[in-house]
Amino acid sequence: MSILVYTESEGGKFKKIALEAVSYAKGIADMMGTSVTAISVNGGDASALAAYGADKVLEVANDKLNNFNAAAYADTVAQAAKAEGAKVVILTSSADSKFMAPLVAVNLEAGYVANVTALPLSDSPFKVTHTVFTNKAFATSEIATDVKIIGLGKNAYGLKENSGAGAAEAFAPSLTEADFSTEVVSVDKATDKVTIADAEIVVSAGRGLKGPENWAMIEEMADILGAATACSKPVSDMGWRPHSEHVGQTGKPVASTLYIAIGISGAIQHLAGINSSKVKVVINNDPEAPFFKAADYGIVGDAFEVVPQLNEKLKEFKAQNS
Amino acid sequence: MKILVCISHVPDTTSKINFTDGDTKFDTNGVQFVINPNDEFGLTRAMWFKEKQGAAVHVVNVGGAETEPTLRKALAIGADEAIRVNTPATDGYSVAKQLAAVVKDGGYDLVIGGRESIDYNGGMVPGMLAAMLDANFVNTCISLEVEGTNATAIREIDGGKETIKTSLPLVVGGQKGLVEESDLRIPNMRGIMQARSKPLHVKEGVDASSETTTLSFTKPAPRGAVKLVDNVDDLIDLLHNEAKVI
Repeated sequence: MSILVYTESEGGKFKKIALEAVSYAKGIADMMGTSVTAISVNGGDASALAAYGADKVLEVANDKLNNFNAAAYADTVAQAAKAEGAKVVILTSSADSKFMAPLVAVNLEAGYVANVTALPLSDSPFKVTHTVFTNKAFATSEIATDVKIIGLGKNAYGLKENSGAGAAEAFAPSLTEADFSTEVVSVDKATDKVTIADAEIVVSAGRGLKGPENWAMIEEMADILGAATACSKPVSDMGWRPHSEHVGQTGKPVASTLYIAIGISGAIQHLAGINSSKVKVVINNDPEAPFFKAADYGIVGDAFEVVPQLNEKLKEFKAQNS
Repeated sequence: MKILVCISHVPDTTSKINFTDGDTKFDTNGVQFVINPNDEFGLTRAMWFKEKQGAAVHVVNVGGAETEPTLRKALAIGADEAIRVNTPATDGYSVAKQLAAVVKDGGYDLVIGGRESIDYNGGMVPGMLAAMLDANFVNTCISLEVEGTNATAIREIDGGKETIKTSLPLVVGGQKGLVEESDLRIPNMRGIMQARSKPLHVKEGVDASSETTTLSFTKPAPRGAVKLVDNVDDLIDLLHNEAKVI
């Protein structure tokens, strides 16, 4: 028996969400008196996972798995779970994790709960808390199956350093032709930009900016802070910004450390989507904007005056503090 | 091509979320229910397949009689037939099991669901359904073309998108992008009148136990009042020294 955690990597390096997932797996392993086994596919160095509590690292090296393929990856994780006798499988909230989680669940006849916010309340019965109604509420659910699958919410648990043995072991899943009946033919991904999914800081702007030509100052702020850019629904509907930047209930959820909203009034659907962010700052010229009720810090002022000033001061701040 | 669109019956996005019965049930009092937005993008794409490629489009919901107005709306938008599986939707697994039985009975080639419902956000029903049917699966789908039995889909990934080639039978977890927001259809009077006479089949559920049970709900703790500052220096100072986020 062990806790199995899937660890995502990019360019041979583990992502932060992978390290967070290992930290979380270690927390459950301690609760249940067992060990942590990580599985990585064409991933990074096992020692990086050991530092967060992985006792064993199953390393899959297979060129056919260079592009993410949900069926093949799910099969790989399920086979590893069976080989390890894992009672709990930890996945994350990345697009890839959410793609394969239901496939792993059916394969392992395991109950699956997504968007989990903390360690289980108890391990017998197995009860976890997760967000529902797009972050407008939390639910506590019990998983009744022998094997459980947890989709850990982003930024929910944080990184916790631990020392695991991190013993690397090659793992070769037996994959079938059916695993490859969906095939990625091309990937279009900006590699120089921070994504909303990975970003610690998100700078977001709305209709208050008046037009797409005014986004340079938003992008500048994102550059200074190493942040991702995002936008409100009307902005993406009008085509000022791509759909992939739309955050909110029907767009992407944001769980960043800092969320800066500029010229966004704060419709209930937008606020739901960004509710999991830790600190929210709002800049808006309307003191009655609903966003002020949901924010931690605010400036009532014209974005076209405040943002350039803020960018200048942030540059000075970064020069002194980095 | 026979298409089944899975319709979740969810509270409107503007709904205030409250709970009742000792915080164990969602309080539906005064709540307007709608077609789950992610499903509506899929339904609208299905209409394109109907109009351009002669596909038959059926919609399905797992739930009690209270969900029928939502199915009628889908019929008014243009679906040919509706099916309601008369059993409460208790968890993602049991819903997927009910849907799998409907798909097997109806011989559907393409099943379109939403990436997630906006109430429980589990995001698991389309994937579980695909696994139960041994069908291909594409999630967070933002573009879908079908020619014969070959399908080309674009999937949104973290930080970009990828193009996928696959084949029918196929299950898709759809979202905005499958069609544009401006392509969504508001049912017109003719559609609403026609919907009244379109078939809405009520089927009893198959035996499908739940794997997970929601025990209780809580709402987030109310937050403190916003701290308003009148200059950017104070803001940077607070973010650095108080919130410690920069």
